[in-house]
Amino acid sequence: MKTNRRTFVGGLSAAVMLSGSRAAFAQKKYDDGATDNEIKIGHTNPYSGPASSYGVIGKAIEAYWKSVNDRGGVNGRRINFITLDDGYNPAKTVECVRQLVEQDKVLCTFNTLGTPTNTAIHKYMNQKKVPMLFVATGASKWGNPKEFPWTMGYQPDYHTEAVIYAKHILANIKDAQIGVLMQNDDYGKDYWEGFKEGLGKEAGRIVKHVTYEVTDPTVDSQVIQLKDSGANVFFNVSIPKFAAQSMRKAANINWKPAIYLNNVSGQVTTTMKPAGFENVQGVITAAWLKDPTDHQWDGDAEMKTWREWMAKYNPNGNLGDVNYVYAYSVSFLMEQTLKKCGDNLTRENLMRQAANHQKLRVPGLLPGITVSTSPTDFYPVQAVQLQRFKGESWDLFGDVMHAESS
Amino acid sequence: MPAFPKKWLWILLALAFLVPLLQPLLPDVVSNYRLFLVSTMIIAAIAVLGLNLLTGFNGQISLGHSAFYAVGAYTAAILMDKLDMPYYATLPIAAVMCFIVGYLFGLPALKLEGHYLALATFALALSVPQILKYKWLEDLTGGVQGIVLSKPDVPFGLPLNEDQWLYYYCLVVMVLLYWAAANILNSRSGRAMMAIRDQYMAADTMGIDTALYKTVTFGISAAYTGIAGALSASAIAFVAPDSFNFFLSIKFLIGLVVGGVGSLAGSVVGGIFYVLVDNSAQALSTFVKNDLGLQFDLSAYTVFGIILIVLMYLMPMGIVGGVYYLVRSMRSPGAKAREQAALKQRASS
Repeated sequence: MKTNRRTFVGGLSAAVMLSGSRAAFAQKKYDDGATDNEIKIGHTNPYSGPASSYGVIGKAIEAYWKSVNDRGGVNGRRINFITLDDGYNPAKTVECVRQLVEQDKVLCTFNTLGTPTNTAIHKYMNQKKVPMLFVATGASKWGNPKEFPWTMGYQPDYHTEAVIYAKHILANIKDAQIGVLMQNDDYGKDYWEGFKEGLGKEAGRIVKHVTYEVTDPTVDSQVIQLKDSGANVFFNVSIPKFAAQSMRKAANINWKPAIYLNNVSGQVTTTMKPAGFENVQGVITAAWLKDPTDHQWDGDAEMKTWREWMAKYNPNGNLGDVNYVYAYSVSFLMEQTLKKCGDNLTRENLMRQAANHQKLRVPGLLPGITVSTSPTDFYPVQAVQLQRFKGESWDLFGDVMHAESS
Repeated sequence: MPAFPKKWLWILLALAFLVPLLQPLLPDVVSNYRLFLVSTMIIAAIAVLGLNLLTGFNGQISLGHSAFYAVGAYTAAILMDKLDMPYYATLPIAAVMCFIVGYLFGLPALKLEGHYLALATFALALSVPQILKYKWLEDLTGGVQGIVLSKPDVPFGLPLNEDQWLYYYCLVVMVLLYWAAANILNSRSGRAMMAIRDQYMAADTMGIDTALYKTVTFGISAAYTGIAGALSASAIAFVAPDSFNFFLSIKFLIGLVVGGVGSLAGSVVGGIFYVLVDNSAQALSTFVKNDLGLQFDLSAYTVFGIILIVLMYLMPMGIVGGVYYLVRSMRSPGAKAREQAALKQRASS
C-alpha cells in the first residue's frame, strides 16, 4: 500500500489534533461555581446599616467585573459576581455566605468586608474548604495558612503599619516622648498593640494614651491632655474627621510635636485640607495605595486608566474616594489569580494560584510595591512606604518597607 | 383574635418534624442551607413570641427586645466559652438571666406608659451593644471581637447532620415555649394580663395586682427573647456586639405586627415572614433591575418597605388575622349578604 505524503501529513496532524484536544479536555477541571462559560464569585458588603459608607467598594467591584465581562471575561469565562447585603451584622453574614456557598454554589468568596463579619464565617469557610480570598479588613489574623488554609487577606494590616511607625520614631527622634490618640475599637486596638510591640523595651516612652468614641463630637480635650503630658511625638490613630480636628487643634494650642498619622486618614481632601495645609506640614504616614486626591498622580498612567474606567463604569462615583482605587486594585488581583488558574478551576488550584504570586504589579499600588504570596505567606500586600506632607501633597521618602508582624 | 384550630396545629407540627427526614430523597429541596434558614425562622419566631406576650397580650410597647436577645446570646456564649458548658444547659440559665434583667427593667417601666416606655426601651436597645464593648467587661465578652463558638454536636449518635439537629433542637424548644405560652394565656394570670391591656383601670379596680403582673410579664417576655438569643448563639456559632443593633428590635416589631398582634400563631408567622422577606428582598430588587429591565435601583430595604405597606393595607390585622377572615368569608359566602339584608331590614323598620 502506498502512503502518499499528503495523507501521511493529514493523518498525523489529525492525530496530533485529537490527542491535543484530549489533553486539553483532560486539563479542564471544575469545582462548584465554575463551568466552560462562567465563574461564580460570592461577596458580602454592608450596603445598609452603620457601615454603609463601605458600600461603594461592593458597587465598584461589581463594576469591575462588568468591565471584565465586556472585555470577554477571564479565559473566555463570564464572571457571575453575586453580592449580598449583610448590613455589617455578623449573624446576617453567616446567612448570606451559607446562601452563596450552599445555594448559589460559588467557586469562592472574594473581598467580604468587615472584621466581625469575616470572623463569623472564618471557621465555616475553612470547614467547607471554600476559598475566602482577599478579605477586606485590616486586622492581622487573616494570613494564617496553617490553621486556616482557605482564607487570605489583602491589605497591609494595621498591626504591621504601627510597628513601622514605632521603629521610625525610635530611629529618628531623640528622647521621644510619645502621646497616642486612639479610636476605642478593634481598629484602634490593632494599631495600639502593634505600636507597643514595635517599641519593645522602649514602650515606656509612651507618656500619654487617650481614646475617643466614634460617636464623640470632638477630640479637643484629648488633644489638650496630650499637650499637657509634654509629648513631642503625636501618634494619631483616628478616622479622617478626628484626624483633621486633632491636628488643627494641636496647631491652635501651639503644640508642635512630630505627627505620625495612620494610613486610614491619609487622604488629602478628607483629612489634610480640612486640617489646614499650614498645620500639617511634615506629618508622616505610611501608604500603599495611590491617593486619587493627591495631585502628584494626576499624570500617572495607571491612575489615568483608573479614571477612564471610573468614567465608563462608575459615572456617579466620587473620584476623590480612595475606596474606588482599593476596589480596582483588589479586583485586578482577583482577575489575575483566576487567569493563572487557566482551565483548572478547582478550589484547591485557586488557593494554590492565590498563594503563588511573584512580585505582581497591581495598578493603584504605590510605585515599588508589588504582590507576593507563597504557601506560607498569605499576606499579599505587605509593604508600605513612608511619606511626608509637603505643600499640598505627599512626598514619598525612604525605601519601600516590608514588615512581618505575625 | 380567634385561637388557631388544633387540628391544623397537629398537622403542621407533624410536617415540621417529618420534612427534614426527606433530605435523602430530595437533597436539593430540603438542603442544609434551607434547614438552617428555617432554624433562624424558628429562632425569630420565639423572639417575636416573647415580644407578643408583652405587647400583644399585656399592652406594653418595647423597642428594646434586641437587648434581651443580646443578653441571652451572650449569657449562652460566655457559659460555653469560659465554663465549657454544653449548649443545651445554657438555655435555662439564659432564660433566668433575662427574666431577672427584664423584671428589673420592668420595675421603673411601671411609671412609664405608651410612648415613654417605647423611648426607655429604645435607650436600652442602644446601650447594650455599647456595654458589651466596655473595657471592664472585655475579658468576658471579647469586646468588639466577639466570641467564636462551635456548632452544636449531634448527640446520642443520631443519624443526623449538624443542620438537621440544629433544626430539631430549635423546633422542640419552640414547641415547648409555644405550649407554655398558650397555657399561661389560658390561665387566670393570662386573663389578668389581657384585662390590664384592655382596661387598665377596671383591672386595677377588680383587684388585679397590676404592678406585679406588668413586671412579671416583662420578665417572661424577656426570658422568651433571651432563649431565642441563646439559640442564635448556637446556630450562628459567633456573637459580636454588631449582631444586636437597634434594627433587630424593629425587626421583631415588624414580625409582631405583620404576623398578628395578640396571636400566638401570628408570632410564628411573623418570625417566618421577616427572615423570608429580609432574605428575598434583595433578590427581588436585583430581579426588578436585571430581569424586568426597569431602571430603578431599588435598595433591598425599599422593597422590604413596599411589601410591608402593601401587607398592612391588605391585612391590617396581620397575616393570621387576614387569613382567618378570608377563610371565614369563604366558608359561608352567604354570611355577608345575610348580614347586609339584616341591616337593611333593621333600617327600614
